[in-house]
Amino acid sequence: MGAIPLDQFLVQTVNGLVSGMILALVASGLTLIFGIMDVVNFAHGDLLMLGAFVGSGIFLSTGNFWAALFVAVVVIAVLGAVLQLTTLRPLLGRDPLTTILATFGVSLVLQNYALWQWGPSARKITEPIGGQFQLLYLQYPVYRIAIALLSAAIIGGLWLFMKYGKYGIWIRATTQDRVMAAAMGIPVPAVHAVVFAIGAGMAAASGVLFAPLVGVTQTIGLDFTLRAFVVVVVGGMGNLGGSILASIFVSLLEAYASLFVSPAQAVIVSFVALVLTLLFRPTGLFVPTPK
Amino acid sequence: MLALRDVHAHYGKSHVLHGVSIDVGPGEVVGLLGRNGVGKSTTLKTIMGLVRASAGSVTFEGRDIVHLPTHRLPGYGIGYVPEDRRVFRLLTVLENLRTGLDRAGMTPTRRDALLEKVYRHFPVLRERRHQAGGTLSGGEQQMLAIARAMVLEPKIILLDEPTEGLMPRMVGQIREIIEVLNAEGVAILLVEQNVPLTLAVSSRVYIMEKGTVRHQAPAAALRADDAVIHQYLGV
Amino acid sequence: MSPTRPSSRAYWLGFTLVLAGLVLAPLVLPEFWRRFVTEILVWGLLAMSSDILIGYTGMVSFGHSAFFGLGMYGAAAALLTVRPPNLWLAIVYGLVAAAVVAAFVAYFSTRLRDIYFSITTLVFSQIFYVVIFTWTEVTGGENGLNFRQPAFSIPGLVSAAFTPVTLHWFVLGVVTVSYLLLRRITQSPFGMVLQSIRENEPRTRAIGYPVERYKIVAVMLSGLFAGLAGVLYAVQNRFAAPDFVFFVVSGEVVIFNVMGGMGTLVGPMLGAGFFFVLREVFSRYFTQYYLIPVGIIFTLMVIFVPQGLLGFLRRRLNQ
Repeated sequence: MGAIPLDQFLVQTVNGLVSGMILALVASGLTLIFGIMDVVNFAHGDLLMLGAFVGSGIFLSTGNFWAALFVAVVVIAVLGAVLQLTTLRPLLGRDPLTTILATFGVSLVLQNYALWQWGPSARKITEPIGGQFQLLYLQYPVYRIAIALLSAAIIGGLWLFMKYGKYGIWIRATTQDRVMAAAMGIPVPAVHAVVFAIGAGMAAASGVLFAPLVGVTQTIGLDFTLRAFVVVVVGGMGNLGGSILASIFVSLLEAYASLFVSPAQAVIVSFVALVLTLLFRPTGLFVPTPK
Repeated sequence: MLALRDVHAHYGKSHVLHGVSIDVGPGEVVGLLGRNGVGKSTTLKTIMGLVRASAGSVTFEGRDIVHLPTHRLPGYGIGYVPEDRRVFRLLTVLENLRTGLDRAGMTPTRRDALLEKVYRHFPVLRERRHQAGGTLSGGEQQMLAIARAMVLEPKIILLDEPTEGLMPRMVGQIREIIEVLNAEGVAILLVEQNVPLTLAVSSRVYIMEKGTVRHQAPAAALRADDAVIHQYLGV
Repeated sequence: MSPTRPSSRAYWLGFTLVLAGLVLAPLVLPEFWRRFVTEILVWGLLAMSSDILIGYTGMVSFGHSAFFGLGMYGAAAALLTVRPPNLWLAIVYGLVAAAVVAAFVAYFSTRLRDIYFSITTLVFSQIFYVVIFTWTEVTGGENGLNFRQPAFSIPGLVSAAFTPVTLHWFVLGVVTVSYLLLRRITQSPFGMVLQSIRENEPRTRAIGYPVERYKIVAVMLSGLFAGLAGVLYAVQNRFAAPDFVFFVVSGEVVIFNVMGGMGTLVGPMLGAGFFFVLREVFSRYFTQYYLIPVGIIFTLMVIFVPQGLLGFLRRRLNQ
């Protein structure tokens, strides 16, 4: 292995951390949904994509990034609730592969709807926080750090909500034992819809935050869905903390890999991580060893 | 108050309840006895909507509840303590109680008062209130499960085999709790394997066999002459 | 298909009728529809291969595009490197390529259950996609490979270039033989074990069957026939492109399976036909966005008609 210049290594580390936080935001929504209703949401990445498109549309008409973020999150959260009520609730109790197929169908529809609505060209949003700052002896865009912090803040907010809020307890109880939660009067069907909405909203937020970095096209949905799956499995299905660690771990791996191969090929690294985890530590790399 | 009429239920293809009819009046403690597998727990689960009734009616205070979704029942005053307790293992004791405390119409004062009452009955829960439910001993979990149903301020509690897996000396504690609840006017439908306990606390007892009720009698009569018990339970 | 005598006769009657229709089709249909039917046969074969996994063993594979694509590229390799281009060599190369990939995928994913298996197959097909897409020197990268169509030749007997009609008959022949083979296999004791794995895997394991080994064979079988479909596609269209290794193809295959009826072999073929017809119809109104209504129909079918078209028709006929 040839010597990699330190500054490149450093940049990639920070890049990895930043993408890791965005991925964490997407993955935590996915793991939340899986944990509570055993649904592997194939359309999760497409919700991210739609969030980015809605956000870019709002941004174009108002010029305000934060309005775009807010509206996109709300719209996609509502869409998420609607999707859960129409396509997933009728499937409650059926085998899990049926939900994969159903969410796959939804993903197709969402992707093509986006193509129809916005056309095939990529969308870009201007960075709301411009400029660069000094990272050791390099210039690094401020915006990237900002999204990492914002993602962390959102995830932190989610964690606090889950730990202390009354509804957080409802969600955690339903995740652990949905039957007993219902027997205690917790309105489980409503909780399911709300959690799906939250997951969708988080995906939308990632989409809007991510949009200024790279152009958004309709196909990034699958890319993110796959990456999020990898993270959720590596981090432990249903384990929020694990998926955050796994997001950072996987993103760092990919970032370092792109020092040697093209980014398109770097993605294989995360897939290899997935396969190895499934083979040797199927409960997840970041989960305490089951006794 | 709670009336089951000719209730049938299936687990997949197997027909487990063949027409069960049971009554529980307000404030009554009614026992449900029978060997393993006769459908006692299934009866409770069918009342709660955890198992779908394929025929028959279940009414509570005149209201037809047989097809209501499970989560609506606590609102009408029905509490459930399942066999194997099912405490929320990753929630603390306090959080477990909050799943029942945080319902609509509860003010902070009422909540605190209820919590205090529960802690008075079960001091160990106050001690362990910040401990995760899964770390409690079997007996403590049973108390938590009962306390959790109590904070719903129910009119009736469906109690499924509360003494199962508990040490003999805890049976007395369970009996005390049932008597306290009864004194407060809470009705109890008690499913049990422990015959002496059941006879001691119930006013009436049903005996089930093969998915249906075979015999019904006041507990006093059965205490006096337990031939029927021997016949159906072989004890 | 049920093994009772009268319906067995009815089955073979139906089979012969359909076969006859397919043989006559290229002679009577206009060019566009002729190609259409030939394509449906190829995709139908791919869907049948996937049915072995989804319908019979209960394993949803999202990675069939890898087997299909490798079969295609394998055939391309034969047709480009060996002169003159030889049909049988193309088939052999394609099958070997698909078999290697299938063995690889089988080894890693069969010990995983349900969702994890599906995701892993998806991941593997994406890995292959990336490799093929970026390894431009060998695979032609984004542009794929173009080659000449081989002639149909049996050494010593006949050697004739394909016409669209004879090509159709060749494809029909291969697909029919494959169908009969697969049917034989699914009705054999081996096929019964696969179905019992689908119904209740722990029980099958408890009885003593080496479930993993059966699964591996199922994946290999499925991969081989998928590769064969890839070879047929390559021979018909004279090109190989990474698009066919992309996930979308796997997704479409699953759609054929579900819409047509899983576990019936014939169902997925019907599903492929149904999908293409829907595509034609909806393209008139929605142009390239036909997947919006088709996707909606698919999702509705997953929820309300999970037994697929075939199951639905069967139930109707039985009433």
